[in-house]
Amino acid sequence: MLNIVVCIKQVPDTNEVRLDPKTGTLIREGVPSIMNPDDKAGLEAALRIKDELGACVRVVSMGPAQADAVLREALAMGADEAYLISDRAFGGADTWATSSTIAAAVSKLPYDIVFTGRQAIDGDTAQVGPQMAEHLGIPNVSYAEEIRVVGDSLIVKRQFENSYQVVRVKMPCLVTALTELNRPRYMTPGGIFSAYREKQVTVWARADVPVDDSNIGLKGSPTRVKESFPKALKGKGEVVTLDAEAEADYLVSKLREKFVI
Amino acid sequence: MDFKLSSEHLMARTLFSEFAENEVKPYAAEVDETEEFPKGTVEKLQRYGFMGIPIPREFGGQGCDSLTYVMCVEELSKRCATTGVIVSAHTSLCCDPIYKFGTPAQKEEYLKPLASGDKLGAFALTEPGAGTDAAGVQTKAVLEGEQYVLNGSKIFITNGKEADIYIVFAMTDPSKGTKGISAFIVEKGAPGFTFGTKEKKMGIRGSSTYELIFRDCRIPRENLLGQEGKGFSIAMATLDGGRIGIAAQALGIAEGALETTVAYVKQRKQFGRTIAQFQNTQFTLADLAAKTEAAKMLVYKAAYAKDTQKRFSVEAAMAKLFAAETAMEVTTKCVQLHGGYGYTREYAVERMMRDAKITEIYEGTSEVQRMVISGSLLS
Repeated sequence: MLNIVVCIKQVPDTNEVRLDPKTGTLIREGVPSIMNPDDKAGLEAALRIKDELGACVRVVSMGPAQADAVLREALAMGADEAYLISDRAFGGADTWATSSTIAAAVSKLPYDIVFTGRQAIDGDTAQVGPQMAEHLGIPNVSYAEEIRVVGDSLIVKRQFENSYQVVRVKMPCLVTALTELNRPRYMTPGGIFSAYREKQVTVWARADVPVDDSNIGLKGSPTRVKESFPKALKGKGEVVTLDAEAEADYLVSKLREKFVI
Repeated sequence: MDFKLSSEHLMARTLFSEFAENEVKPYAAEVDETEEFPKGTVEKLQRYGFMGIPIPREFGGQGCDSLTYVMCVEELSKRCATTGVIVSAHTSLCCDPIYKFGTPAQKEEYLKPLASGDKLGAFALTEPGAGTDAAGVQTKAVLEGEQYVLNGSKIFITNGKEADIYIVFAMTDPSKGTKGISAFIVEKGAPGFTFGTKEKKMGIRGSSTYELIFRDCRIPRENLLGQEGKGFSIAMATLDGGRIGIAAQALGIAEGALETTVAYVKQRKQFGRTIAQFQNTQFTLADLAAKTEAAKMLVYKAAYAKDTQKRFSVEAAMAKLFAAETAMEVTTKCVQLHGGYGYTREYAVERMMRDAKITEIYEGTSEVQRMVISGSLLS
């Protein structure tokens, strides 16, 4: 049976986040916390492999005690075990310290596949997954849009801006998932009850994670955030279907309209 | 006393609310317009375990409690009351009596597929001459050898043509009045069991409301639910639970109407101001919100009573009476706050007002609920 570890993060629902018009900072008060969407796609991919081939799916999260909720959600969707890495010593971590810590925790678990999301919607770095693969010494395939298990390998379709790449990777490996990978299932009511009343979330504190002090928390973080800013809002795209010449004319007229040319 | 929901109830509410928003709301207007049973949605409800929420896992259910079930009907009904009643009729009126009164073999054969979502259930008590006066059942069941032979018809049956399994009430001994009524489990496809006319309704238009016809319909003797002559008490006990489901449906309709109206009054401008800025709007909304919250307390209390008390008829009656009348008042006033737009099908409150009306009528009219409550007061 395959062993799959899925790393999930609790993030503020950025669809609900508003900006303070005066300071330009995020107003996080009253914003619901959700499972990071890319991570949820990774979890769904793991659960589909479990449905098809049988697997033990373990979910891991690092965060404060409230992150328990996303782990329970994962259990209610069908994950088998949950682990929360939580200690003040891990606080203030940048991507290096985060990936060092989570990779050390994951190294305590059996795994054939480690799923992470491509990136979290609150930080948008896309660094933690690939860094973890380096720490664990396993291959990393990022931007997965499709996944198939074939023997001892995975066939992964990777998404790029305007092309795809299909790679075959031997397990154990780490895959970073995109929301396009699938449409995650809903929890079941009974799954929720069992997640809270029957299953456990194992909490791993500092002493439980085999990682060097120099690589954790704020002190183990070589980078500092210089400035935070919201993503620039992109206008809605427009799809035009005309013949080639008319399309070119249309494009030119639009570029002129915007004073690009 | 603690008014806080547990973590599991909060998470369940999030689940139901997200499901209703993504899977139910987009089809609500279409279901109403076309009067078509929302098969696709029901398949999803079945797949995700929404059709057996309070039934223990050993019988195919989810092993949750009545409060979780009630929140499910509430959240679905916020977006589409048709969807809410499909779940309520199936769970409260078909799964529940088999769970409570069925034999181990009946639970294995009928409850498991119902609660796990493989089959859909319905409940058939009402007849042309037996509505509120349920004792006037004319459908007859006669034991012939190892089979009961049913003759008669039932009307206004929710999930009518779409269900697979029906709880049917029939007279086995007309000389005994209500004590001569018995309950039966009837499968779709039983010889002599057909469907009559489909009702064209004011609201909950997507629910499949049909007449059921039994002409020498033969069912196995072992499909008697409970004992012969106990049908009336089974029906009344079942309806106590059903009323909590309908109360939750009414609560959901009220909440849905209030939510959409709050959004509307903030953007609708008259006399150079949003109508939310007028005190008439503010006071009306305040009253509606207070009443809706009160309804919620009664509905949740009744759900809790169902799980913790032997009898909960009064709690169920109060919840249904108050929630149904609140739904009617809230939706009517929300239409008023929408003005002319609220009278058109462009706005959901128009549908919600039509949907609300039935909650004052089915599974015991408001008058019946008052009889139950006052009967207990004066006994």
